[in-house]
Amino acid sequence: MNDGELRGGVLVAGSGAGPVLRLEEPLSFWGGVDPATGRIIDRRHPRCGASVSGRVLVLPYGRGSSSSSSVLLEAVRVGTAPAAIVLRELDGILALGAAVARELYERSPAVVLLAPADWSAVREGAEASVDVSGCLRIAG
Amino acid sequence: MAAPDPFETVELTDLDRAMLSGDHGEAAAVAMRILVAMAGVYGADRLLDIEGAHIDGCLYHGDSGVDFAELLVAGGARVRVPTTLNVGGLDLLHPEEFAGTAERRVKALRLMECYEAMGCRTIWTCAPYQTTPRPAFGQQIAWAESNAIVFANSVLGARTHRYGDFIDICAAITGRAPAVGFHLAENRRGQVVFDLRSLPHALRAAPWLLPAIGYLVGERCANRVPVLLGLEDADEDGLKALGAAAASAGAVALFHAVGSTPEAPTLEAALGGRDAEEWIEVAAADLRAGLRRLSTVRDAAAPDGVAGSLRIDVVALGSPHFSPREFAELLPIIERHPPAESVEFVVCTNRVSLAHLERGGDLERLRGHGVRVVVDTCVVVAPILRTPSGGVLMTNSGKFAHYAPGNVGFDVVFGSLSECVQSAHAGRLRRDPALWP
Repeated sequence: MNDGELRGGVLVAGSGAGPVLRLEEPLSFWGGVDPATGRIIDRRHPRCGASVSGRVLVLPYGRGSSSSSSVLLEAVRVGTAPAAIVLRELDGILALGAAVARELYERSPAVVLLAPADWSAVREGAEASVDVSGCLRIAG
Repeated sequence: MAAPDPFETVELTDLDRAMLSGDHGEAAAVAMRILVAMAGVYGADRLLDIEGAHIDGCLYHGDSGVDFAELLVAGGARVRVPTTLNVGGLDLLHPEEFAGTAERRVKALRLMECYEAMGCRTIWTCAPYQTTPRPAFGQQIAWAESNAIVFANSVLGARTHRYGDFIDICAAITGRAPAVGFHLAENRRGQVVFDLRSLPHALRAAPWLLPAIGYLVGERCANRVPVLLGLEDADEDGLKALGAAAASAGAVALFHAVGSTPEAPTLEAALGGRDAEEWIEVAAADLRAGLRRLSTVRDAAAPDGVAGSLRIDVVALGSPHFSPREFAELLPIIERHPPAESVEFVVCTNRVSLAHLERGGDLERLRGHGVRVVVDTCVVVAPILRTPSGGVLMTNSGKFAHYAPGNVGFDVVFGSLSECVQSAHAGRLRRDPALWP
């Protein structure tokens, strides 16, 4: 394994690449992300205004509403979803949105779970890719 | 590492396999594929039987939800267990209450009709536990809607994991759910104790105490199971408000209130015979800080005597949906202090409470005072409010206080029921100093 490779656990298999958007605080997609634009709209969230669209979204876990799976699915339909979702803790509700997207639209962001030390090492803005085996590669 | 394939590792019955292979129709196959995939995500080794479901996926968030429901309907979906529906995007009894576009109305209605076509009961409420026969103690169910989940687990002692949109209907169609989380006794013991017993008596009797405690608990305990000490006298509507706030601020799906909830006759029972992982003495200052975070207007939590200068544009009550008891508390206060014409006053409830109100003539009395009573939906999930966003909304609901700023673009002031009514009467924020620490 190269230095820039991290092995994650696959929650929903997929591949995707993009710049890392790193959230230190958990985010509820429902009430937190506008699926029409992919922007974070939760005014209490420190990254309010940032876009998750096409990014490798690194966040600890989701929180709050059980409708977050709906918002992720809608973002997949519209084309504003993240390229991949990289979690530190198991989040059934975001994985669910991705699993249903795969069933319905035959595409979804990969969802992977990283060990906490590896999760902490992923830098904001780095170019990253995730493959179907759950391997996260970081350029540079 | 590549995940082990759940279709290999999850133990499936003959009926599960028959559903997977399409013997029970294409919809059952889709539902079972999603369930098995999610069993893999959760690390479950098997599925278990459920006896009821509550569906959150009937609320319109965009065309994808309709696409999914139509896929199921086209595949011949029928629910196998008694299944109730959460709020939809429209008040079907009062269509004039809808303030959105014609296109959105059509799609929200289409989604509601799809779930009805699958055989779900059309109660359209986030408080199903106050309308239809309740799940029994220990019964396995699959519920979505965060406040309903926490009520079913905590107050009824039924067993559901914290489910989201889509897996809820998959469980209802198959009668199965992953054997994980709060379905299993070993995951239901309390972990974090919140000790309220040293709070001053006046505070413990404050009408806003339970949602405020719920918000604090949600923030402090994330997804662990809290145990509350000192709530022996809490009534059902109070526990409902507490749970809804805790499930908004955190990912709380189960709490124990010693002396009030069925799995907590004693502290030892609530903790499952183990030591608490953390013990938090709740002080008046913690409550005050929690109250400040519930409001988004800076000085709104500071009581400033009888009449404040802050203008109130909307008062919204009923998240979770108002019960007949809550209406009985509201009515005499409204009659003494009817809302000013400048204030939009909305109460969200369900058809059971509405029928109750109609029978006694109370609905006409409320409407006569300018109160709008909305059923089947709610003001933070559907375009109901007529006041343009950007104003100030006051509520006694921790859940409305949490979601109104992001979802409908209002600043929020949290207060007691009586303060909400008196503020609506004055058109300006009114605090009862006797209620505040």
